[in-house]
Amino acid sequence: MTLRSPLSRVLGSGSAKEGTDHWWMQRVTAVALLILGPWFLFSFAGLDNYSQADIAAWVAAPANAVMLLLASITLAWHSMLGIQIIIEDYIHGPGLKVVSLILNKFAHVFLSVAAVLAILKMALGGSL
Amino acid sequence: MIKEGRPLSPHLTIYRWPITMMLSILHRISGVALAVGFVVFVVWLEAIAFDALSYASFSAVMQSSVGQLALFGWLFCFFFHLANGIRHLIWDSGRLFEKRQADLSAWFVLITAVVLSGGYWVMV
Repeated sequence: MTLRSPLSRVLGSGSAKEGTDHWWMQRVTAVALLILGPWFLFSFAGLDNYSQADIAAWVAAPANAVMLLLASITLAWHSMLGIQIIIEDYIHGPGLKVVSLILNKFAHVFLSVAAVLAILKMALGGSL
Repeated sequence: MIKEGRPLSPHLTIYRWPITMMLSILHRISGVALAVGFVVFVVWLEAIAFDALSYASFSAVMQSSVGQLALFGWLFCFFFHLANGIRHLIWDSGRLFEKRQADLSAWFVLITAVVLSGGYWVMV
């Protein structure tokens, strides 16, 4: 006899309600970063000059801005998932664990928003 | 009711570290290092966009020997995490689980990471 409802069986998500979401998104963001990471390194390597104005102009090119936005958000996401696992593995006190998990989320959302604002500022010019 | 002297399962410290074990923990360590690198990356973006912290002082720090060492460390961690990440994705597909395959792919990942990060450092 099972105590699980038919709906729960069909959704297949178990007691955590999220099922394989964490695991799967870690892989999806990893695959995205396989493209975005090397793109960043090799596109950046192609710059002639690394003055503040030159880098800002490189960021401002629409294709670069789009790729950088994707890279920043995906990297923050992937990093958040990874650090979460490490916290869950090594931090055992229930209070400290929950606090660390929440701070991990806050820090990564903060970093990605800050990165997005900086990129948009450079891409859209002085209007921000 | 704990009896003294009962056998324990072997702890981490008594194993001779095989390459697969080393790469496993290195994957985590490089991941954490890259997370720290992401913070510096965001500071770099803010410095360029807003001059909150001047770009000049940021690049001065990065051009110091400590900054250069950190940059190379992040570059190595990036290529290592990338190459070993591909190894993990292959494992996810159920392949390369044999001991010999795991050992060989570990060496392949390590050499790839050294060559790519060294090559990039020299070229750029």
